[in-house]
Amino acid sequence: MRAVSLLEGRAVVLGRAEVDTDQIIPSVWLKRVERTGFGRGLFSEWRDDPNFVLNRPEHQGATILVAGAHFGIGSSREHAVWALLDYGFRAVIAPSFGDIFRNNASKQGLVVVALGDDDVQSLGSWAAAHPDASLVVDVARRVVEVASTGWQRSFDLEEWTRQRLINGWDDIGLTLRHDQEIERFEAASRVPTVEGLFDASGHLL
Amino acid sequence: MAGRTLYDKLYDEHLVSAPAGETALIYVDLHLVHEVTSPQAFDGLRIEGRRVRRPDRTLATADHNVPTDPITTPVADEVSRRQLEVLEENCREFGITVFPRGHENQGIVHVIGPELGVTQPGMTIVCGDSHTSTHGAVGALAFGIGTSEVEHVLATQTLPHDRAQSLAVTVDGELREGVSAKDLALAIVAALGTGGGIGHVIEYRGSAIRALSMEGRMTVCNMSIEAGARAGLVAVDETTLAYLLGRPAIAGRPDRDALVERWRGYVSDPDATFDRELVLDGAAVTPSVTWGTNPAQVVALDGVVPDPDELSDGAARDAAQRALAYMGLTPGTPMHDIPVDVVFIGSCTNSRLEDLRAAARVAAGHHVAPGVRALVVPGSHRVKHDAEAEGLDRVFVAAGFEWREPGCSMCLGMNPDQLTPGQRSASTSNRNFEGRQGRGGRTHLVSPAVAAATAIAGRFADPAEVA
Repeated sequence: MRAVSLLEGRAVVLGRAEVDTDQIIPSVWLKRVERTGFGRGLFSEWRDDPNFVLNRPEHQGATILVAGAHFGIGSSREHAVWALLDYGFRAVIAPSFGDIFRNNASKQGLVVVALGDDDVQSLGSWAAAHPDASLVVDVARRVVEVASTGWQRSFDLEEWTRQRLINGWDDIGLTLRHDQEIERFEAASRVPTVEGLFDASGHLL
Repeated sequence: MAGRTLYDKLYDEHLVSAPAGETALIYVDLHLVHEVTSPQAFDGLRIEGRRVRRPDRTLATADHNVPTDPITTPVADEVSRRQLEVLEENCREFGITVFPRGHENQGIVHVIGPELGVTQPGMTIVCGDSHTSTHGAVGALAFGIGTSEVEHVLATQTLPHDRAQSLAVTVDGELREGVSAKDLALAIVAALGTGGGIGHVIEYRGSAIRALSMEGRMTVCNMSIEAGARAGLVAVDETTLAYLLGRPAIAGRPDRDALVERWRGYVSDPDATFDRELVLDGAAVTPSVTWGTNPAQVVALDGVVPDPDELSDGAARDAAQRALAYMGLTPGTPMHDIPVDVVFIGSCTNSRLEDLRAAARVAAGHHVAPGVRALVVPGSHRVKHDAEAEGLDRVFVAAGFEWREPGCSMCLGMNPDQLTPGQRSASTSNRNFEGRQGRGGRTHLVSPAVAAATAIAGRFADPAEVA
């Protein structure tokens, strides 16, 4: 994955809570077998409304999304993360996130920043009023800041995830360093496999 | 030593490596694969020249995209057809057993795992689908993952996964006559809220849970994710063992008795403590229906559409107002007065034999109301076969329901079974999100019995009303 250490960009505020991954990218987009091109599907049902915040000219090119609580709940579809990245977002700031979404984001270098309700509120109000001003998400220091006002908040980011993000490490490569431990675990496991259950056509033997 | 929870036992047993400063690595005993969240993972393997580490711990089925028309009808949607073909090609290339559309073992991934008996107590089970929590009903640690994680499991049979918090949901008392596992699941989600379980694994406990059948437990565990919890668990008991022992993957095993002995240990110790607990009175649960656009927006079937103005929390009020606008509902309207256009009985929540029996009992001798389309989509070919052997298909067809081929179908509308804009459904599925069942569609979640009664009445109805 691409390394991400410091992001600077304009923010756009999605004034909604409980944004589930079906909203982020509707299932009709999930039929594709590619990994690219999902940006067109991002919030596609809402984007038909010309007044939807992402359609407004002053927010074009924004790279940081500010949203309400429980962002990314629901379906496990990683397409939601691909769509946000493909559209141009690099970070999402919200009071809380769905667990699977948060995990998926960390595998793709989409930075997920959880701040307190009040902080998200005040940051959102400021960003909505200042569409041209930029915001900094500093992954390395775990800080969000508004340079022009001096507003600054630190956020929680697990140390290992922080390192993976700033170094752009690939999880599978990291895991394969533990290959001997995996082999030892497998040698000791007594948990049944599906071997011998089905013939080559999947029929029960 | 302090007692351990069932979750702790499952987690500890599967810990491969816990290097200081890194996310711990756990082993995956069973990886279930379907067509939607796997193609990009297989591509990733090819790009890196990697193989599937354990094809013998991997099983694939087509489910999300399959049309529910007769299987001789070709898949009309070219993009869906391609995705289904790609699943078969990938499984062939990487040596994975796959059940394509129409195969006798094919069905919704969370229905076929338990019914084949490949879902077993003490296992870790993952799948690129958030309703993988279903399998926790047998005392397995089962949760949904994204496509990057699917690739990771295919390549390494492990996942970086730190220990979650534990949440006991204790339901004591007895469910009343006419109250189903689905009503209980909705009550739990309503009590926790959509985010109440974030960061947690739920263990469902108490007499009302113990009294549920395995299929009922699957319905409850299935909806754990609707409260934000990645996994839900029920401890192993005699109900679990009775369900599993005759299953194809278990019945003939020479080590069956040893397995059963081991499985009995998958319970929380009596002195185990949980990070949080929610206690509900099973006797207070009523037949229920959702009114809004998330599964925590639940009201009693005998209730009315709630008034957002009565909510004190500003964000919740805004969300409720938006939900009512989307759903086209007016506060104060009795749920019984709301007409529906479509009834969907199916999905990984409610498409098993007991679900179909419950719906058929209500439908028998009645007819679907004029203007209502009612679909019954069995969860798998085995469910379909067993239901037909009991004559349930004939009951449904005589009552004006469509008896379809198995798949995920209208739960998420990836196949042609979709709502059109403005159509209102009573659905036994798990999500009433905006557009979930088709763009502009309005979904109300209910139990199979309530769905059947609603199809007959043409509006939300209690089974007792149409008896």
